[in-house]
Amino acid sequence: MATAQQTMHTYEVMGGQSLKAALAKAERRNKIRAFMLVVPLLVFIAFAFLAPIVRMMYFSFENPVIVETFPKTVAALADWDPTGAPTPPEEVYAVLAEEISRAAKDRSIGKAATRLNYDKGGMRSLMTKTGRRVSRMQAGPFMDGKWKEAFLKISKKWGDRDVWVTIKDAGRRYTPSYYLKALDFRRNAEGDIVPEPESRQLYLLTGMDSVWVRTFWISALVTILCVLLGYPVAYLLANLPLRYSNLLMILVLLPFWTSLLVRTTAWVVVLQTEGVLNDVLMFLNIIDERIQLIFNRFGVLVAMTHILLPFMILPIYSVMKNIPPSYERAARSLGATPWTAFWRVYFPQSLAGIGAGGLLVFILALGYYITPALVGGPTDQMVSYFIADHTNRSLNWGLASALGGILLVGVLAVYILYDKVVGIDNMKLG
Amino acid sequence: MIDAKRLRALSITAAAIALMLAGTAAPAAESLTVVSWGGAYTRSQVKAYHEPFTKKTGVNILSEDYNGGLAQIKTQVESGNIRWDVVDLELSDAVRGCDEGLLERVDPRILPPAPNGTPAEEDFIPGTIVDCAVGEIVWSTVVAFDRTKFPNNRPWTIRDFFDVKKFPGKRGLRKTPRVNLEWALMADGVPTRQVYEVLATEEGVDRAFRKLDVLKPHTVWWEAGAQPPQLLADGEVVMTSAYNGRLYNAMVKEKKPFVIIWDGQVWDIDLWGIVKGTPSLATALEFVIFSTDTVQLANQAKYISYGPVRRSSMDLVDPKVKPHLPTSPDNFSNSLQNDFEWWADNQQDMDERFTTWLTR
Amino acid sequence: MAKILVYALLFVCLVVAVRASIKGLRNLPPYVGSLGRSWYIGFRVICGAILVFLIMPILVIIPLSFNSEPYFTYPMPGFSLRWYEDFFVGEQSKVWHLAIKNSVIVAIFATLIATALGTIAAVGLSNARLPGKTFLMGLLISPMIVPLVITAVGMYFFYSLIGFTPRQLSEIWSGLHLLPVILAHAALGTPFVVITVTATLVGFDQSLTRASASLGADGLRTFFKVTVPLVLPGMISGALFAFITSFDEVVVVLFLAGIEEYTIPRRMFAGIREQISPTILAVATILVLLSILLLTALELLRRRNERMRGMTPA
Repeated sequence: MATAQQTMHTYEVMGGQSLKAALAKAERRNKIRAFMLVVPLLVFIAFAFLAPIVRMMYFSFENPVIVETFPKTVAALADWDPTGAPTPPEEVYAVLAEEISRAAKDRSIGKAATRLNYDKGGMRSLMTKTGRRVSRMQAGPFMDGKWKEAFLKISKKWGDRDVWVTIKDAGRRYTPSYYLKALDFRRNAEGDIVPEPESRQLYLLTGMDSVWVRTFWISALVTILCVLLGYPVAYLLANLPLRYSNLLMILVLLPFWTSLLVRTTAWVVVLQTEGVLNDVLMFLNIIDERIQLIFNRFGVLVAMTHILLPFMILPIYSVMKNIPPSYERAARSLGATPWTAFWRVYFPQSLAGIGAGGLLVFILALGYYITPALVGGPTDQMVSYFIADHTNRSLNWGLASALGGILLVGVLAVYILYDKVVGIDNMKLG
Repeated sequence: MIDAKRLRALSITAAAIALMLAGTAAPAAESLTVVSWGGAYTRSQVKAYHEPFTKKTGVNILSEDYNGGLAQIKTQVESGNIRWDVVDLELSDAVRGCDEGLLERVDPRILPPAPNGTPAEEDFIPGTIVDCAVGEIVWSTVVAFDRTKFPNNRPWTIRDFFDVKKFPGKRGLRKTPRVNLEWALMADGVPTRQVYEVLATEEGVDRAFRKLDVLKPHTVWWEAGAQPPQLLADGEVVMTSAYNGRLYNAMVKEKKPFVIIWDGQVWDIDLWGIVKGTPSLATALEFVIFSTDTVQLANQAKYISYGPVRRSSMDLVDPKVKPHLPTSPDNFSNSLQNDFEWWADNQQDMDERFTTWLTR
Repeated sequence: MAKILVYALLFVCLVVAVRASIKGLRNLPPYVGSLGRSWYIGFRVICGAILVFLIMPILVIIPLSFNSEPYFTYPMPGFSLRWYEDFFVGEQSKVWHLAIKNSVIVAIFATLIATALGTIAAVGLSNARLPGKTFLMGLLISPMIVPLVITAVGMYFFYSLIGFTPRQLSEIWSGLHLLPVILAHAALGTPFVVITVTATLVGFDQSLTRASASLGADGLRTFFKVTVPLVLPGMISGALFAFITSFDEVVVVLFLAGIEEYTIPRRMFAGIREQISPTILAVATILVLLSILLLTALELLRRRNERMRGMTPA
């Protein structure tokens, strides 16, 4: 204490400036230096990763197709109140007739029809059929006031309030509808946000069946399994003589050299009904008849735990390598039981490794879809599966981006929660 | 689908463009990127189409693989950085890609007639030429079973596939409503011709799902086409839906005791589509025309058991392979073409309903 | 036959584990009681079982790469080298060799970039006074969180927009064509390095760097002589993850790579509509053998080095 005061005093005298300012300056320099260290990576990530992602996230609310294909119809529909008359007035039909026939001619109708089909099944064929028929009709004064009739003749659906609400709703240039859909909500005729009817709930916001809950639940289970299996191995590796631990380390690293596809296939070979594990269990008379170990939740957990286990072992190992054995020995010599010495002295020092490994495993697990797709049952698919599906097959990039955005927010929320509860400055997490 | 007037206008433009580009294109060391599904399938195309094409025109063909879907084509077209020229597409993707403006239009009248003079549009099996793509082969989803698992009485029909009392054991089905809904209705007694009529109604869809309920507890759901023959070989399932080409390899080349039930096969086609905005449009068109010629199509059947889409090609196919093609008359009698119009409209609804149904 | 082989292998593993733990008993201090001893054996057996769990799929797959049939099923009907033939001399051998070359180049460069940038950033992040740390950290680990398909499509768009594509880069210099994939993989790899290095920095005593500075070392020297040796375990495991992420990544490659840039997993996923080719098992087996050779050689070198320095193995 006295020394510190002396130092301060000397400082003041020597520098001829106030201690506060000096400290603040040192602090600032320190902060800047720390920040400068982060800058290269930040710039790199901004270029190689963030810019592409920002572009992609734009898809999740950008919605230009309808307003660009049918600008006048969208404008005309703005005045129509869906809660009143079930269909818009005749003028709207006339405007749509003009635009839909032009769209059919320049072939921009397909894109618009597909876009509308995202919101309501059957819209695609309704639009293309109508476009085809209307483009063949002669526009002219004799059609005045008869467009609605003509549309209804093409399909009764044109008298349907829902069809018009769909067009009106899809006509916004920026829309929250992808996010609503991703959480199983939609906008009804009155413009209120309501849950989808149960038969159409895909992501099932509530309950354990929800894709969202399932995704986080499976990831959490896998993380826990990885901690339980990874910690003892990491401990063994960190405490064995180097010549043995390095050999065992090869066993941990080997799975890395086989591709995900190979490892997943291997688990099918091991776990299937006529597979190796069932053979062994039968041979040892543990079971009487073959049991289902794959194409269900069990298979997913086993395969994912296996694939992610090295991601748990290595961080714990690298933290344990830095724990001096003297602390535990000191505890023992002071009379602690082996368990107390481990639990109160060693374990807390290794927590940083569990935190880092847990974070890696949890986040990686959230993004898995090839493995659950190949070894899981239908109720074991996670959000990424649907994201890949919408990106590849239905081409609904808006919905895919919205699902991805929500997943990102969810993970960041977990991360911040962890920070608040455990505290990032304790650096348990990294 | 296509009205004559627009067609004529289009064909003229296409021909004009083709001529223009043909005139300006540099002849030396031109190359074309042709994308397909990889593995044995791509190899059959390299042998039957790519190699003869290079020999004839000197155009070098780069063969790339993909796993289906339009995502990559969409990224290329929308970003303006076109890397692929010709892509082997499934019908649903070809139709959707056309709708979305991702594919160039192809006028069927630029296709050469059959050797006997039949115009191309009549020579191709109906439904195998669409606005933006030209068919090459017919493949089909069929039921296959392991003969050794049914020593006494074997299943013959789709109805038998759904009969778990008479033919007990696990079934394999692809994890999609496609084909499964159609089969459910067939098994429930709907005549093949009326399947899509019934499916178009709400009650029809309910009926299909009710029938699928019967199989649900006995089903292993597969994702990749490589899985079902493996499931059969492992004994994981006793009967499964599968793509016929892969089964042919297993049965004929690897002598596995599998049997195909051709009854109620749902056939689909693979087509060539040209990526919109490709700088090598003329060469791409030339390649499509060349490879869908009667002779080349028949040649592909030498290397893989998919049926050519031209009727005239069937005469040239090796008689030993013929009984294994989906298009051979014995197999084709009770068959259903995947209705892409219906699926393009309802895929999303059905997918959602199917996913919910599975998770309940 | 092969089934028996696998069981025999598993059995051997078990025996080795039990023997090793019994042998280790002798090194225990004499005051450890019988409870301690049985716990010691139990612990070793559990660890052995977990290690077997880790390598079991590989043990199962290696015999299947010699299967005469293209199925992944025991019992194997016959023995054949056809899948190795495919890889070494078959018509597909050239593309496989190119894929291996690409995979190695991409993974090495991506790992170097990720490890260098990640380690420096982690040192900065571990400074307790850095403002907005949670936010920065969140930003830097986001490449791990965003689903790969979305990243891949976004990258294709953005890289095309600025002309950063294999085709355009190879016009500048032909060796640059792998750069987009390398940078993309480096971005995907950095979170691993950041997380593992920050974890090893938790117990890091900042007074060590101050001590180094007070002894006259400049920042760079302090970093390489003091900080790096301390965070080395974290750096190595982070680098391993970055390497393997790149080595096993298929979705980004699917979008960014043309035929000239195909990597091993990209090759493996091709043709899955028809069949998962057993050639991938042969490739996996070869890679496993190579890595065993490499790691064993490194270990032997390390031991030799120790002997030369006259140190007893720690």
